[in-house]
Amino acid sequence: MSQADNYEAAAKGAAESVAEFHEEDRGWTGRLQHALHVTPALVPLIVLVFAIALFGILLGTKFFSPFALTLILQQVQIVGVLAAAQTLIILTAGIDLSVGAVAVFCTVIMGQFTFRYGIPAPISVGIGLAAGTALGAISGWLVSRVKLPPFIVTLGMWQIVLAANYLYSANETIRSQDIAEQGPFLQFLGTKLQFGGATFTLGVVLMVLLVLVLAYALRSTSWGRHVYAVGDDPEAAELAGVDVHKTLMSVYMVAGFICGLAAWVMIGRFSSVSPSASTGVVGNIQAITAVVIGGISLFGGRGSILGALFGALIVGVFELGLRMAGADPQWTFMLIGMLIIGAVTVDQWIRKVTA
Amino acid sequence: MDQKGNSVMEPILSAKNLVKRYGRVTALDHCDFELYPGEILGVIGDNGAGKSTLIKALCGAVIPDEGEVFLDGKKVSFSSPIEARSHGIETVYQTLAMSPALSIADNMFMGREIRKPGILGQVFRQLDKKEMQRFAREKLSELGLMTIQNINQAVETLSGGQRQGVAVARAAAFGSKVIILDEPTAALGVKESRRVLELIQDVRSRGIPIILISHNMPHVFEVCDRIHVHRLGRRLTVINPKDYDMSDAVAFMTGAKEPKAA
Repeated sequence: MSQADNYEAAAKGAAESVAEFHEEDRGWTGRLQHALHVTPALVPLIVLVFAIALFGILLGTKFFSPFALTLILQQVQIVGVLAAAQTLIILTAGIDLSVGAVAVFCTVIMGQFTFRYGIPAPISVGIGLAAGTALGAISGWLVSRVKLPPFIVTLGMWQIVLAANYLYSANETIRSQDIAEQGPFLQFLGTKLQFGGATFTLGVVLMVLLVLVLAYALRSTSWGRHVYAVGDDPEAAELAGVDVHKTLMSVYMVAGFICGLAAWVMIGRFSSVSPSASTGVVGNIQAITAVVIGGISLFGGRGSILGALFGALIVGVFELGLRMAGADPQWTFMLIGMLIIGAVTVDQWIRKVTA
Repeated sequence: MDQKGNSVMEPILSAKNLVKRYGRVTALDHCDFELYPGEILGVIGDNGAGKSTLIKALCGAVIPDEGEVFLDGKKVSFSSPIEARSHGIETVYQTLAMSPALSIADNMFMGREIRKPGILGQVFRQLDKKEMQRFAREKLSELGLMTIQNINQAVETLSGGQRQGVAVARAAAFGSKVIILDEPTAALGVKESRRVLELIQDVRSRGIPIILISHNMPHVFEVCDRIHVHRLGRRLTVINPKDYDMSDAVAFMTGAKEPKAA
């Protein structure tokens, strides 16, 4: 190369350490930003501990008792399970407005198959779980293959499933006593476990186990890494060799299956099967709230499922604490609204992290 | 090499009569291509000349309408980049194809993760993070690339040059036959470009042939052994950078000058 026109020679004197990694001093805020970048579930955990401590100080042993604290767990078990499903979808940069409706429809399927067709309850539960998975598969296919936005797909599914739920059940409630007599397995997850003053239901145990299993799968398996990669940048993931379609389908199907589990938890919690349960209408928003407060990014690819569990618990702590303190329930909604906006602000800040 | 500087070896990757049409536009018009073992082949051409379609046809991202691609003398037809990759052809895309929020190690192994041996890997599908981190660190330092403190750093916290470095290291770690680099210096500053060019030469010295697509004439003339000039959907000529200078190359590219009959 004769014509080298040594224009780069001028850069010779400059530092050569261009491509080095070194930890520079980031200062206090930088370190915090970095810590949150690495462990995004830290914020909701701090808020949760702080909220429990605050209500514990204000209300004393009335709130800070095994009974009250485990009551919170029981009150959030349905939302907690739905939030687990919602987390998976949101990690792929989607959103699922149909989780609550699918869960209610699955309760109806479990109940009606047992009572209308006389199918043994355990098989009906299995059919309910399969129905949830199938509904998830439909949404997944529409999102992944037909390339419709997840918001639209699940907005439609929400209405369709809710309508199907009323039409199929003829808006008929299955009473608690009937289930206890003829299909007690449907209420299995309502089984209570007592430890001193603490009361756990199997539904609570299932919620915690589910979150732990998913946390493991997301962190330590290729499937989990692919879920994050697809949420982060689907084109990059595809070029890097990830089967984006397969990953999306699996996520929507697992989310549908988890909605089926939420249905079973619901029957345990309410003892009865009601097609007009409020979860069908507000379950989606409750789940999204828990996920967002839990520090999971709505833009996909960031956040930890433990955060979603903390998010659900934060809502539960506020609800119970403020009710015990005798405050107007509207204060709960106001505080949760602030938390949502605060959580998204923190998410935006974390995204700006640089080495 | 014979007197004219043309290799007498068998090409490792070659294509004959590639045709690709998009509607009424012919992006590839009976294009030929050869890459020989151990060389860096530059591919230059004006915008719209069809060089990216050529590269995509070679790496499986585009399926040509006509023509054949040969790898190691055997006819191959890739239906996806993943298939090309399984044959040892790695591509570093201009966009780098990395997930910004994931770590360097995660990105290097994306789509080909290593699982733990035994029951943990087979039943619980657990990833062998230690092994992946060790391998990633080894590959990065093997290329004299970086002094890494934290292989678990998210890719988005790296500079442009560092990201390019990780992408090249990923390709070099897994690309056994051919590495394709698409505009590797386009988004980089002077110093970072220099580092990446050194990296490209390091990779060549390890025996892996490289296809370098670039608009940057000084970079192409500096590192390439031969330069494929693409014009109007076909190979106009292949020049040796020692025999021509940059203005000739630009003249060929734009049609201002015709090469001597090859």
